[in-house]
Amino acid sequence: MNASLEAGQSGRVPLEFSDHHGALSILGFWLFLASDVVLFSCLFAVYASYGMRTAGGPTPMQLFHYGPALAETLLLLCSSFACGLCVYQLRRRSTNGTTAWLAVTMLLGLGFVAMEAHEFASYVASGATWHKSAFLSAFFTLVGTHGLHVSFGLLWAASLLVQLRRHGLNAVSARKLYVFSLYWHFLDIIWVFIFSAVYLVGRIS
Amino acid sequence: MSLLGQLFPSSVLRPMELGSDGLIVLTVAGLLFVLTRYRKWGWLWREWITTVDHKKIGVMYLVASLVMLFRGGVDALLLRTQLAAPNSTFLGPEHYDEIFTTHGTIMVFFMAMPLMFALYNAVIPLMIGARDVAFPRLNAISFWVFAFAAILFNISFVIGGSPDAGWTAYAPLTELTFNPGVGENYYLLALLISGIGTLASGINFVATILGMRARGMTLMRMPLFVWSALVSSALILFAFPALTVALGLTMLDRLFGSSFFTIAHGGMPMMYVNLFWIWGHPEVYLLVLPAFGIFSEVVATFSRKRLFGYASMVGSLLAITLLSFGVWVHHFFTMGAGAAVNAFFGVSTMLIAIPTGVKIFNWIMTMWGGRVRMTVAMLWQMAFIPVFVLGGATGVLLAVVPGDYQFHNSYFMVAHFHTMLIGGVVFGFLSGLYYWWPKMFGYMLDERQGRWAFWLYFIGFWVTFVPQYLLGLEGMTRRMYTYSAGFGWTTLNQISTLGAFIMGAGFLVLVFNIVYSMLHGERDLTGDPWDGRTLEWSLPSPAPEYNFACLPTVAERDTWWEAKREGGAVAARLRAGDIGPIVMPKPTAVPFFIGLGFFVAGAGMVFSWWVVAAVGFAGVLALLVAGWFDYRDHEELSRDVVLRAEAAAGRVQA
Amino acid sequence: MSRGGTHCALPLQRQVNPVVGRPSGHRRPPTGRGAAGVRRTGRPGRRPARLVSAVAAAAALLLTGCGPDYVVLHPVGPVAKSELHVVEMAAVPMAAVFLFVVALFFIAVFRFRDRPGNTAPYTPEWEGSRRLEVVWFAIPILIVGFIAVPTVRTTFALDRLPPARDPLMIDVTSLDWKWLFQYPSARIATVDYLKVPTGRPLLFELTADSPMNTFWIPQLGGMEYTMPGRVLPLWLQVDRPGIYWGRSGNFSGVGFAQMQFRLQAVSPAAFTAWVAGVRGTDPPMSPADYRELLKPAVVGDQTYAGYPAGSFPAQTHGFTLTGGMYTYPQTA
Repeated sequence: MNASLEAGQSGRVPLEFSDHHGALSILGFWLFLASDVVLFSCLFAVYASYGMRTAGGPTPMQLFHYGPALAETLLLLCSSFACGLCVYQLRRRSTNGTTAWLAVTMLLGLGFVAMEAHEFASYVASGATWHKSAFLSAFFTLVGTHGLHVSFGLLWAASLLVQLRRHGLNAVSARKLYVFSLYWHFLDIIWVFIFSAVYLVGRIS
Repeated sequence: MSLLGQLFPSSVLRPMELGSDGLIVLTVAGLLFVLTRYRKWGWLWREWITTVDHKKIGVMYLVASLVMLFRGGVDALLLRTQLAAPNSTFLGPEHYDEIFTTHGTIMVFFMAMPLMFALYNAVIPLMIGARDVAFPRLNAISFWVFAFAAILFNISFVIGGSPDAGWTAYAPLTELTFNPGVGENYYLLALLISGIGTLASGINFVATILGMRARGMTLMRMPLFVWSALVSSALILFAFPALTVALGLTMLDRLFGSSFFTIAHGGMPMMYVNLFWIWGHPEVYLLVLPAFGIFSEVVATFSRKRLFGYASMVGSLLAITLLSFGVWVHHFFTMGAGAAVNAFFGVSTMLIAIPTGVKIFNWIMTMWGGRVRMTVAMLWQMAFIPVFVLGGATGVLLAVVPGDYQFHNSYFMVAHFHTMLIGGVVFGFLSGLYYWWPKMFGYMLDERQGRWAFWLYFIGFWVTFVPQYLLGLEGMTRRMYTYSAGFGWTTLNQISTLGAFIMGAGFLVLVFNIVYSMLHGERDLTGDPWDGRTLEWSLPSPAPEYNFACLPTVAERDTWWEAKREGGAVAARLRAGDIGPIVMPKPTAVPFFIGLGFFVAGAGMVFSWWVVAAVGFAGVLALLVAGWFDYRDHEELSRDVVLRAEAAAGRVQA
Repeated sequence: MSRGGTHCALPLQRQVNPVVGRPSGHRRPPTGRGAAGVRRTGRPGRRPARLVSAVAAAAALLLTGCGPDYVVLHPVGPVAKSELHVVEMAAVPMAAVFLFVVALFFIAVFRFRDRPGNTAPYTPEWEGSRRLEVVWFAIPILIVGFIAVPTVRTTFALDRLPPARDPLMIDVTSLDWKWLFQYPSARIATVDYLKVPTGRPLLFELTADSPMNTFWIPQLGGMEYTMPGRVLPLWLQVDRPGIYWGRSGNFSGVGFAQMQFRLQAVSPAAFTAWVAGVRGTDPPMSPADYRELLKPAVVGDQTYAGYPAGSFPAQTHGFTLTGGMYTYPQTA
């Protein structure tokens, strides 16, 4: 690590890795993500065990609205792509480009959360509350935990927008932005698993 | 239910609880008086509440842990008193159930875990030649979140009622249908909140050990305690989320009406048991591995000899870590998993005996050819070996699946896990405490009193738990609040109770030892009272706030031992030219208030006061967001200050 | 039987039950049936001998392991016997390991103590020996292998009923805080006591209509959980007539200490006679009776000729004992 840090002085190492503490923070965040993977794995395992335990309530087949789920998927994938472009702009040291793409990331994420909230509300309105069956409890908890993560990410992104305006790009704000991008891509991957294991599997079983 | 009825149900108005109320009020009033009378509020705020210094955080963990050991120990004595006679009416069944629940929960989460973090904080950065942990603020947040969670858990018995479903809290007994009070809410919220702090500590120490080691300290040159802290912190990362899910889903069931572990609506109580033990087994290893690390340090230092078989010690740590995730079903062989699953998990459990056996032999071989000094730290290490071998042997018997069908949840099993947790974890941490005490506080613990504490505790341990093994063979199952005389269990229970009180006496002597030594103990002026081998002993006791004026360079294992051999008494001296300014993390009150916010949120959720809960969570969130905008969390200690401090300690070459 | 009868009586619920009240006793079995205290087989107890041995704690297991109170060491059926047998197989090498390690440890400590004039070799740089380490990797591996083989074998063996035997099926439901036993073949039910024939395999189907408990009769063999929404199989057998106590091992609330029952083993002829007697004299269990049993309370012995349909999950009857995780039926 030390060698790469020294190389950083000559500009070959990205800004966010340029000081030791920044690199350490990024390592720490990877560790957090590792642990979050375990959290979601447990929720996936619970969902997988509970998928058939509908207790007379709606089955996955009867419950899910596939249109909204697909739209949510597209929104989140696009948001993740925008986030990638944001980091690309960060590497180019363009404050404006970074800010703009971060805003796009946020807007798409906001659309995802709004659609998911609407989807949940329509399920509840049709009487499918999570009290009704173990399956519904597991569904709302797994997907809702992801939704809460995304919502927290939006708050985070908003604060980053303010920080970028206030401080511009420096080692600290670059590191924060990079860590946020890790988080955002991670949530995207989790969603891909949710879409496959929840919505698609619900379609075929 | 009226507010008063909710806060003070009949279970908190029993004489024992009211008496505790009185003691708590008196203690708090006394503390407030002393702080005010001696004008210590500013000192408390500046030096402790807002500190981000890992050494001070370690001390706070230690204090909290000893207080919790007292509470958990009193619980144990109450349980043993109740069981000393058949058909005893000393405690009613409700009372007994509450006390065994709090005993287990406190000992695991609020005694053992913080004691582990106390030692990590006290010495890990020193051992790897670092100035602090990777994330000092996060470290303070971890502590305050833990501390407020512990307070939340502990007030349950005087406000609202204690949890009473055992520390394992198996569903569906914890569901509202069977357990309508707020006690289980306390259990769930306190553990969920303290889990946040634990996870943050896990991340912090993995990042610290991977990213902040001194130049030249490769992984295979790290002291064994650092290795054990690394794997144990990694275990936290991969195990604690399972507990969070198990407890979180139970909480959703109780507070928000979901149907995870209910009997109705397709809920599956056994899912809880799986999730709990997927966390639970790694949990016991993440407690005992640091103890293994301590033993490795202590045995090498007090045998004046290199640790035997370093590579296989590291390898067996890693092997135990990996295996620990593959054995959880052995906690419920008797839940109908089927022969194939049971056989698999039985054998995987036995496999753990292999790396553990290797470690035991290596410790003995470390003494072989050395010069064994019988200090108190070493006594705890030596006591550990026979106790842990006994625990391991009975553990193998429990892993024999057909045998487990007869031992499961009996006192044989109770005795087994107390053997492991006391003989392994408590002996280990006490060994570490006596060993590193001078480094933490600058004075030695009195060895003579330490021996008294040791012998009382050690003898008490055998007298307590050997009868419990036998009671298991007599068919006594755990968590029975009483038994009738006809079973023939009376004598063994009486002996066991006697042993528990001997252990209690040992604890009192330990506390006396600490207080006495604080006042009269021998100061450690050398910084290296044991003739140590690792970097922490190259520093003065206690270490200065910046730890190392110059970051050391490491060329081999036992680096301080080697340096002393080559450099003699001047090995610690620095060149003035090498000293420069040092960047230090700034003190902050944010961690304290984050802990407080979680406390408010937790209390609100316990009583379903949603406004209070929302205020608490909003406070936490606001503090977090405010922290994101704080770009100046460090300050610089000038070269002059450092140089003066080092020169005053006589550590600068002329 | 010096300590038979009331002296070592089991029924906690009649001695200490300050809690959950409601001494029911409604429909006690006729005198002489099931009301006797627990009788353990084996030699009469020797209290002074036990006292001494318990003080010499570690030796107690070896010296008085044959004391009648050590129910786990006194199996009366094939299942408990083979469980004990495997434990003994494992305990011998474990005891040897314990003694060996402790001996080696004491030698190391005494030989290399730091005291003036100790002439033992001092080798501070000695940090390993490939040969020695191979040895103590090998020793535990061999021991684990030695224990693992009979463990796996017995685990599979006990999972299957002995072939070509006609087992007596008994449906067990743990309730708050009582045990309900149903005999589907005879359509009779008992609460908190069981009567079974000797020499015939007993196939218990275990479930719960309450939080979890475990079903354990130490002298017959091991424990299995009773869980709501699941039915677990367990087969046991008792070879000697007598009264054996059983209890729960999993905490289930304030009445947990009273989750006890008696199993009375009688000759097959006496068993048949008992069944006929119950069917002739005792009333059937009405749905209201069952609802009453569901209420959290400790009750006494009860006997019924008949029970309501559906009071035990019916669809699981007749499954084979092949284990299998999570294969229980969906709850609707």
